[in-house]
Amino acid sequence: MGKEQFLNVNVKVWRQRGPKEKGEFKTYRVEHVSTEMSFFEMMDTLNEQLINKHEEPIVFDHDCREGICGTCSLYINGRPHGIDDAITTCQLHMRKFSNEATITVEPWRSAGFPIIRDLMVDRSAFDKIQQAGGYTSINCGAAQDANAILISKVDADEAMDSASCIGCGACVAACKNGSAMLFVSAKVSQFALLPQGKVEAARRAKAMVAKMDELGFGNCTNTRACEMECPKSVKISNIARLNREFIKAKLAD
Amino acid sequence: MWLTSSSIGRKVVMSVTGACLVLFLTFHMAMNLVYVYDVMVGTPCGEHYYDKVCEFLGTNWYALLGTAGLAALAVFHIIYAFVLTAQNFKARGKDRYAVSGKQPVHWAAKNMLVLGIIIVCGLAIHFYHFWYNMMFAELVEMEGQFGPAEGFNWITYQFSCPITVGIYVVWFAALWYHLTHGIWSSMQTLGLNGKVWLNRWICISYVWATIIVLGFVAVMLAAMFATPGCGAAACCGAC
Repeated sequence: MGKEQFLNVNVKVWRQRGPKEKGEFKTYRVEHVSTEMSFFEMMDTLNEQLINKHEEPIVFDHDCREGICGTCSLYINGRPHGIDDAITTCQLHMRKFSNEATITVEPWRSAGFPIIRDLMVDRSAFDKIQQAGGYTSINCGAAQDANAILISKVDADEAMDSASCIGCGACVAACKNGSAMLFVSAKVSQFALLPQGKVEAARRAKAMVAKMDELGFGNCTNTRACEMECPKSVKISNIARLNREFIKAKLAD
Repeated sequence: MWLTSSSIGRKVVMSVTGACLVLFLTFHMAMNLVYVYDVMVGTPCGEHYYDKVCEFLGTNWYALLGTAGLAALAVFHIIYAFVLTAQNFKARGKDRYAVSGKQPVHWAAKNMLVLGIIIVCGLAIHFYHFWYNMMFAELVEMEGQFGPAEGFNWITYQFSCPITVGIYVVWFAALWYHLTHGIWSSMQTLGLNGKVWLNRWICISYVWATIIVLGFVAVMLAAMFATPGCGAAACCGAC
């Protein structure tokens, strides 16, 4: 670990009182920020300053603060989850910024994720897509003996990689089309690759894509911006698998 | 109907029509290489093999059917491109980011519609230069500078104008960019892709697009060799 240093930064934040209100950028100065601080700790410091001045604190989503839950969002200096690769906002540290830097913080911008307040967006659309078919409807019972259902290592690894999607919405935020295909494909793939999920693969693909379309997400044009910004490095090979599952299901109808 | 109502269905239409158009382009380029052979090698009796190809196609039923089919494919491809873009624009929302990071996204992938519009504009000029003077002229028995089956003379004549050459260079560049993304993207949409095949398809796209465009460029260059001087000022009087 490097020597702790301190920074002064200007934070340009999107402030919006409600979904229908007009928003604007406001710039705040935060001084004596430790390079060992996480980005959210810097935001907490900023909010403390605002509360002490009897101003409204900045609203933003956060929960586990260890890159697991997918709650945090924030579009920082032009990139979802900030300027580092394969991390969530809560894993971003202030040592990545220089002294006197201006940091622009925006909410996810997509019609599918309307702003609730400031930097917080409504990502319940992902829950609705998941509820449409992102599960196995049979009771699998207790964990099977590892030798009872044989699964190749390749499939098991791919299913695990797909399941690593935390549903943060960075893929939608990064996509110029506001497409949710990377998220939906990861959720379809994690089941389609395993025997327990294969049974309902066709129904699942059709239901989840139908819900995604209904909620107004865009069409995938394979720019690959989603996989470049995904904090869990979910690959677009999942999108090819979703396309395959969906086409197969529709042709079988 | 899932091909019109679902996002993946609409993309499937784009992919299938696009893939068919790529196959046609490959055939078109291969056919045009006969012209290059005529210029570079020639025939003993001064005839042009390329004219025989044009005569074979002419206005026969299979050529007309093929043309109508291609037109339908192109129309579907273009209409769906605009429909998808409009839907994507709506899905993106009204607000834009104040700061946009520099993601290493392939330039063509972000600009497929613009490239497509350039290609359609070039296509209109190409139709006027060749289809109108050849197939259409034969259908309506129109008198032209050359006969409808004299493909060799038409190519030589049209590419004698430097402005035409300039327009075609821009057109070919747009086509190359469009194909480098379009070919692998269509395979991805049809689900014929995976971790291993992704890089293979991208490589195939670049190679295939380059072969097609180089074939057309060869025709243009050959036409320049076939017209020393500016005896046949084609379209503009610039030369």
